[in-house]
Amino acid sequence: MPRVLVDVMLKPEILDPQGSAILGALSRLGFTGVHSIRQGKHFELEVSDPVDEARLRELADTLLANSVIEEFTLRVLPR
Amino acid sequence: MIDSVERAEGTPEQPQPYHELGLKPEEYQRIRDILGRRPTSSELAMYSVMWSEHCSYKSSKVHLRQFSELPHSDALLVGMGENAGVVDIGSGYAVTFKIESHNHPSYVEPYQGAATGIGGIVRDILTMGARPVAVMDPLRFGPADAPDTQRVLPGVVAGIGGYGNCLGLPNIGGEVVFDDGYLGNPLVNALCVGVMRHQDIRLAKASGPGNLVVLFGARTGGDGIGGVSVLASETFAAGGPARRPSVQVGDPFTEKVLIECCLEIFAADLVVGIQDLGGAGLSCATTELSSAGSGGMHVVLDRVPLRDQTLAPEEILMSESQERMCAVVRPSDVDGFMEICARWDVTATVIGEVNDSGRLTIDWRAERIVDVAPRTVAHDGPVYQRPRARPSDLDNLLADDPGRLPRPSTPEELRSLLLRMIASPNLCDKTWVTEQYDRYVQGNTVLAQPEDAGVLRIDEHTGLGVAVATDGNGRFTRLDPYAGAQLALAEAYRNVATTGARPLAVTNCLNFGSPEDPAVMWQFAEAVRGLADGCRTLGLPVTGGNVSFYNQTGAAAINPTPVIGVLGVIADVGRRTPMALGSVPDEVVLLLGETRPDFGGSEWAWSEHHHLGGRPPTVDLERERALAGILIAASEQGLLSAAHDLSDGGLAQVLVECCLRGDVGAHVELTGDPFEALFAESAGRVLVALPRERVPRLADICRAHAVPVTQIGAVQFDPVLTVAGQFDVPLAELRAAFTGTLPALFGTPQHRE
Amino acid sequence: MKIGVVTFPGSLDDRDAQRAVRLAGGEPVALWHGDEDLRGVEAVILPGGFSYGDYLRCGAIARFAPVMQSIIDRAGQGLPVLGICNGFQILCESHLLPGALTRNVHLHFRNRDQLLRVENASTEWTGAFEPDAEIVVPVKNGEGCFVAAPGELDRLEGEGRVVVRYAGGNPNGSVRDIAGICNERGNVVGLMPHPEHAVETLTGPSTDGLGFFTSVLTAAVS
Repeated sequence: MPRVLVDVMLKPEILDPQGSAILGALSRLGFTGVHSIRQGKHFELEVSDPVDEARLRELADTLLANSVIEEFTLRVLPR
Repeated sequence: MIDSVERAEGTPEQPQPYHELGLKPEEYQRIRDILGRRPTSSELAMYSVMWSEHCSYKSSKVHLRQFSELPHSDALLVGMGENAGVVDIGSGYAVTFKIESHNHPSYVEPYQGAATGIGGIVRDILTMGARPVAVMDPLRFGPADAPDTQRVLPGVVAGIGGYGNCLGLPNIGGEVVFDDGYLGNPLVNALCVGVMRHQDIRLAKASGPGNLVVLFGARTGGDGIGGVSVLASETFAAGGPARRPSVQVGDPFTEKVLIECCLEIFAADLVVGIQDLGGAGLSCATTELSSAGSGGMHVVLDRVPLRDQTLAPEEILMSESQERMCAVVRPSDVDGFMEICARWDVTATVIGEVNDSGRLTIDWRAERIVDVAPRTVAHDGPVYQRPRARPSDLDNLLADDPGRLPRPSTPEELRSLLLRMIASPNLCDKTWVTEQYDRYVQGNTVLAQPEDAGVLRIDEHTGLGVAVATDGNGRFTRLDPYAGAQLALAEAYRNVATTGARPLAVTNCLNFGSPEDPAVMWQFAEAVRGLADGCRTLGLPVTGGNVSFYNQTGAAAINPTPVIGVLGVIADVGRRTPMALGSVPDEVVLLLGETRPDFGGSEWAWSEHHHLGGRPPTVDLERERALAGILIAASEQGLLSAAHDLSDGGLAQVLVECCLRGDVGAHVELTGDPFEALFAESAGRVLVALPRERVPRLADICRAHAVPVTQIGAVQFDPVLTVAGQFDVPLAELRAAFTGTLPALFGTPQHRE
Repeated sequence: MKIGVVTFPGSLDDRDAQRAVRLAGGEPVALWHGDEDLRGVEAVILPGGFSYGDYLRCGAIARFAPVMQSIIDRAGQGLPVLGICNGFQILCESHLLPGALTRNVHLHFRNRDQLLRVENASTEWTGAFEPDAEIVVPVKNGEGCFVAAPGELDRLEGEGRVVVRYAGGNPNGSVRDIAGICNERGNVVGLMPHPEHAVETLTGPSTDGLGFFTSVLTAAVS
């Protein structure tokens, strides 16, 4: 079955409190050299053939991502 | 190219986008007259956002004056005009409370809109020098089964919980109301209560030339740029520039840390003045601080820590990034201030200095981009006497008396009506909502929803506490805005007194349609007049409030919805009166006040017949005062075991709630028409319960206050609500009807019992 | 007896835990996340809240605080440690207790008065209860669903290390209705419900929560 990977991230202009908190913890733990962290969500979908990418994008836009504050990337893995 | 003051002087005819920023041509001309030149783009940004309806109250100001003209109250330590009013509750304690709306943002993005609404009101309270101790959320949505309500309500509730719970603030009350008019215009109001000692009160002013201006908290991003003027206007479609967030994201963790950091700074007495950054961000904070203090301030804008390095100076000035504060600090205290910020990992930066120049000057990249008299920005905005006209459909509405509606005529019909009513979305159990809020944190919550008012212990040793309630009724206010506002005030006042607390002060959140619609403006003026007159009769000051206009979809405005908050004081929370029956043996149930066939705007007319018409119940504030006197005296004398105010749904609703809360049955006998006795919504009534032998003492108090009292029944051993001669309903059947509605609409969590 | 209550950035119920210690007859001592010094306390409470906003994972960042290094060391030597809600999550992230707390199955934060059964009344923190006592204590969490590998669960059950179990309904989907567990020695206890919110009739649904705090005081005396 084809696999589809969807990564959902906050839009770059939107504040990411979680990423900021993780960044702070890293510097306290002595991990230097990291300048920015953005946290997102990763989805793996198994879908039936044939893959309708437009429909998948609609799915991601409707449900997986909140288009008001988030954007997504979508990849269909080769079988 | 930087649009500096110098450049503005040299290019007087350069066209400026004042219209896009929401300014009228005459408003723009006024800015030019004030400055004696064209404004720089940064100045234009500041004026436009500060002169917006949201910040300047330009349409409401002429009416709101009535609140500040109310008679002096000794209880009022800080009145209107500051971030929140402050009330003396005795023993050296002061309480501040305020309610605000976050309606439009919550429609656009329910979770973040509601969350940042909590964040904003909490910072207002914190700014006064107080520790925030509780929040409450009066919420109004479209029909419960409407698809958009399925989107908005769960998001709003999760946002309130997500942010408020994370701040450690108990959520102790509020409302959840459904009505067609709120579809597309949900009302998400948030109230916060804070406590401090008298000497800890802080004000928003920048005094003392040479003192430093410190910006601390979150970094500044492109959040909500123009949000105040754009979001608080009639359209959601108009966004800011590309790549600028249309929605502000709240960071409750940063806010929690900011609260603790501020309280430590206050305790060490390290600030001269303080202001939170809310609507209009730095524009608001710098102009308000400087106009209230020594009159001048110089800011180097390059020093503002940014989250987004691409921001233009105009955008930095207008940014509404959350979780930021601005303090005025003596130079000798700056090190101490910075030390506390470092301890809490809070970013703090000196961005400017107070002076007595009478000017607010702001530099960017070594050029002067702002040079204004701060008062002209913060306080001398336009004031409009908008045209008002009584709505043309009002006579028809008032004439459409609910007396013509079919009523139940048999005991069986009455019984099924009761079960339908308590299951209706407006009257049903709201646990689905309230269990998503933490009501225990801080360990001082004595009463919380669904009780009449939230009651908090303030002093652990003496038991001194406060009670807070909010109420509003858009249908009553639609029918008669003057009476509707007074009914909301009366209900909140009665709710506070029902717990045994003495009402002290009033706050309000006035949710209306467009002020440019004369009918809406008439409703607004009438409601404000009613509220001011009501407060005068009850002897209560208005400590502050908020106006939310433009709650409308196309030409259709929401029902005018003034939401009124009343705060009361109770000397010993140990004697608070709860609503549950069954806590004492031989308990009898009495009704204080009189019942009339009041069905205009009632829940029965609405939920059974989708009818809104006739006249709302008569409000008699002198009677409300007498009733409160009884409830307080009875509480002080330890007479009452329970009390619950009658409002939406009438006596039937109250009987069901009191029985279910205590898990006991009751037997009542009604005189007159049973339908009217059970479902009329006459004001000025409270159900009380007490051990039988104390009834004569209560009767004496009622006589002294000239309020009728009727013994209507008693608690019974059987778990059944019995209305003599009419019907019986087992508690289990009541409970199933009462609690089933919201889970059925919004999802039944698994793993319940 | 001095009982430390740790404040992390984002701790919320720290003052409540201090009050509970005081009402139980102990002396609460505030401990700061950034200090390794445990200030001579004889027991430690990790209170509820959202340390570091509960970002990344609940308790994941707090676990690395300097104070936790000291607590982890001393817990191994028998120092009584009670983790309430977020404190329980921190104990799991610190591997002082097995398992993990995940998002509630119904995905909502839920606050309600919860019936619990005390199944192990011999830990440092539950000695004051009768075995199988039923108590009412508030729960309030969004990520309180306890999970662990089946083998680990069997081991916990077999060794009597399920300290409290939800009765009368499971509020968050925790496996086998587990509300709280302890380490092998019984000095480290973590639970999702909030005993510090059930210490006064005025403000809580019961005073059943007091038992957790009196237990450790009694254990210290004997």
